[in-house]
Amino acid sequence: MAIEIDDHQQPSVELSKVAVSETHGEDSPYFAGWKAYDEDPYHELNNPLGVIQMGLAENQVSFDLLEEYLEKHSEASSWGKGASGFRENALFQDYHGLKSFRKAMASFMEQIRGGRVKFDPERIVLTAGATAANELLTFILADPSDALLVPTPYYPGFDRDLRWRTGVKIVPIHCESSNNFQITPEALEAAYSNAEAMNIKVRGVLITNPSNPLGATIQRSVLEEIFDFVTRKNIHLVSDEIYSGSVFSPTEFVSVAEILEARKFKDSERVHIVYSLSKDLGLPGFRVGTIYSYNDKVVTTARRMSSFTLISSQTQHLLASMLSNKAFTENYIKINRERLRKRYEMIIEGLRSAGIECLKGNAGLFCWMNLSPLLDEPTREGELALWNSMLHEVKLNISPGSSCHCSEPGWFRVCFANMSELTLQVALKRIHIFMEQLRSSTLASNQDYSGCRFLVLQVARQPI
Amino acid sequence: MGLSKNHQLLSKIATNDRHGENSPYFDGWKAYDQNPYHPSKNRDGVIQMGLAENQLCFDLIEEWIRKNPKASICTAEGVNEFKNIANFQDYHGLPEFRQAVANFMGRVRGNRVRFDPDRIVMGGGATGANELITFCLADPGDVFLVPSPYYPAFFRDIGWRTGVQILPVDCDSSNGFVITKAALEAAYEKAQEDNIKIKGLLIANPSNPLGTVLDTETMRSLVSFVNEKNIHLVSDEIYSATVSGSPTFTSISEIIEGMECNRDLIHIVYSLSKDMGLPGFRVGIVYSYNDAVVSCARKMSSFGLVSSQTQHLLASMLSDEEFVGKFLSESSKRLAKRRSMFTEGLEEVEISCLKSNAGLFVWMDLRRLLEKQTFEDELVLWRVIINQVKLNVSPGSSFNCSEPGWFRVCFANMDDDTVEVALERIRTFVRQAKKGKAQVKNKRLQNNLKLSFSSRRYDESVMSPHMMSPHSPISLSPLVRAKN
Repeated sequence: MAIEIDDHQQPSVELSKVAVSETHGEDSPYFAGWKAYDEDPYHELNNPLGVIQMGLAENQVSFDLLEEYLEKHSEASSWGKGASGFRENALFQDYHGLKSFRKAMASFMEQIRGGRVKFDPERIVLTAGATAANELLTFILADPSDALLVPTPYYPGFDRDLRWRTGVKIVPIHCESSNNFQITPEALEAAYSNAEAMNIKVRGVLITNPSNPLGATIQRSVLEEIFDFVTRKNIHLVSDEIYSGSVFSPTEFVSVAEILEARKFKDSERVHIVYSLSKDLGLPGFRVGTIYSYNDKVVTTARRMSSFTLISSQTQHLLASMLSNKAFTENYIKINRERLRKRYEMIIEGLRSAGIECLKGNAGLFCWMNLSPLLDEPTREGELALWNSMLHEVKLNISPGSSCHCSEPGWFRVCFANMSELTLQVALKRIHIFMEQLRSSTLASNQDYSGCRFLVLQVARQPI
Repeated sequence: MGLSKNHQLLSKIATNDRHGENSPYFDGWKAYDQNPYHPSKNRDGVIQMGLAENQLCFDLIEEWIRKNPKASICTAEGVNEFKNIANFQDYHGLPEFRQAVANFMGRVRGNRVRFDPDRIVMGGGATGANELITFCLADPGDVFLVPSPYYPAFFRDIGWRTGVQILPVDCDSSNGFVITKAALEAAYEKAQEDNIKIKGLLIANPSNPLGTVLDTETMRSLVSFVNEKNIHLVSDEIYSATVSGSPTFTSISEIIEGMECNRDLIHIVYSLSKDMGLPGFRVGIVYSYNDAVVSCARKMSSFGLVSSQTQHLLASMLSDEEFVGKFLSESSKRLAKRRSMFTEGLEEVEISCLKSNAGLFVWMDLRRLLEKQTFEDELVLWRVIINQVKLNVSPGSSFNCSEPGWFRVCFANMDDDTVEVALERIRTFVRQAKKGKAQVKNKRLQNNLKLSFSSRRYDESVMSPHMMSPHSPISLSPLVRAKN
């Protein structure tokens, strides 16, 4: 610990502006929910009254498939041919990445898109997670105090990933429930004009497709409009497609890559795709992110920059082996989709029977729940009061729409793939009872959710 | 295509030179990649001596891995941990990993100091760690003092995306390249006059490229200096376990135990890339005595966390006390043996190196082979060494050395036979040089050489001397692939 130095004698040493800023974003409610969960985590046997974590977009439904693969394929655990395998792998720090891994990633990304597009392994740049990929692209495409346009609601982590160390701003493209939060040309233009009015230079648009937190894919026609918009403005388009393998039905996802191929790659140099294995394969710990750019200079520069954030060669080797096994990947993609769809239907049905509607979703690890009818006042404060009750009385950590910069209060992101089916049932039961109590006269007004204090006990006593 | 008409469509960072790859030093890499030495297939090829890798102790690690299948989450014995590990992305890192790294760092320092696992923060290799600590300590335009000669990639690591500048503090052979308080003061004063904001001092101890350890007195004066000026001290100690014999390695962590110091100024960068020979695993560590820095750095580590698979393996390996003890002692012995084999071989032709007992390289003195004591002549000599002697060594100017004629030569990335071949080539060259033949060849070769660059990064490992690289970047170079 620091030796005490008399304040009169020595000023404390300065850290950088980046270090003292709050752009890391950890003081937001999004993270407060985490803290409540960490302090009192639900456990089926040991802590049935604890907080159920529904704020974590993790995919835990398909681990058995991965474990089964590993059990059958010992080559994934050894380091390849002969005694030199380990050494060669341990020494490998080439920022081009293991060729076999890049090929496997390209092939996996193609399979997810039903073979409708081709990916060139030479355009794949590897980074330690999509977190690093998004930041790295921002460093390359924009200067400090420039802006990226990002449709709302968006992943709260973007505030840190795109802005913190880069000094780049986010200007929101406002989307509304009236058209299911789809991005419109008017909203794009409005965002651009907003930026211009603030004297901010727009360098690109960053979309997430499928969307986090909406849990829905972007329609082809909208993608075309977005692409036309960025071409008109001569700016970049980053498409974060990390949930592309989590679309419930194989035909419903259109990647920006398909738009480009259909247009024979005209103006494609402005497009860059971000991918990761954290969501689709449920491997966030392995830190596997990729940037796929149609721009040679971006590929070269991104590759150089990836020096700061390379993927462990040990992990590249394991995944090269796994992802180049086409029988395995095809089966995985298919079963994973099925299981996620089933989970989604379970939660939607459970919520509906409790009187709660969600945005019609078709992808991802979460649903976008509409609790706006429950708000006493249609404001951010109203939403946060409700969120607070959900957290402390109903004991569910869900993510308030305001942390996703949603322009309409009352929406919440609820994750469903990071728990067992049983736990999901418990969560749905708690919501059910909560809604019943709200409807009954004892809790009719003034956001008095305090009666929910005993809610979890009631749930605990009931059979599922 | 539309975008290419407007060259300003990428950022300043993307289009400037601070990635450092547009330097003439990549000619050496290129020569090697085009004609790599192989003991049986290509005995005339270029021997790679520009790569600071530690390849001497893989057998020990491989043996450990074979005996400990549970440490891998892919084996039958270890797969039950797969789900938990694969899911673990907490930027605090696996507690057992941090504990094991803290223990290892303590062992490397003879357990003379203890490291707190809660101060261990991950970075994407030392490359990522150095950038990360810089982001925490300095703003764009601020400056770090760095004693020269220094690792060339500091230019990129400290400055590319951070916008921080390096101000070299020149050291020279007059005193064995030791950093003097006078040199530091002079650099600091000049910076003040030029209105340059010095935020910190970055040292590498043991030094790359010198291969020397800092003595206690010098280190104490550095600590006084930073305390006086109220600036940060970052000690890059990635070669700490490559020390053999004496003088022993003294870490900054030991120095501050024995003197008045504002510990908020003190930060260590560590890695397993050199000490254990595992650069592919990207294990970088930031260790700070400053609580606010630990907190900030930890959040930032999200951009370069160590793969949980790798954390799990190393947590197990490094907490095996018996293995660690055996590894450290054996590694030190083998490095000592290799170092003396090489330096003695050089002495046979009266080539001396800076006296050193650390690092994976020697700092070779070729001043007497220069026609004139200039950097131009150093580069001429260097190209001769690459193209005629067929050794890729690194010229001192690439390390910002203020004195021409010094070369860094790596010796731990090859087997004994290859060392012998390299020594023989050097001996032959020196004897010919004495007879004046080399001078003639210089001029002929000079006319054939062109400056070029390739998209390689420093200290990049693609090949061991024993096999052809499947990953040669030449075929991937955008220059070659460019469609237009």
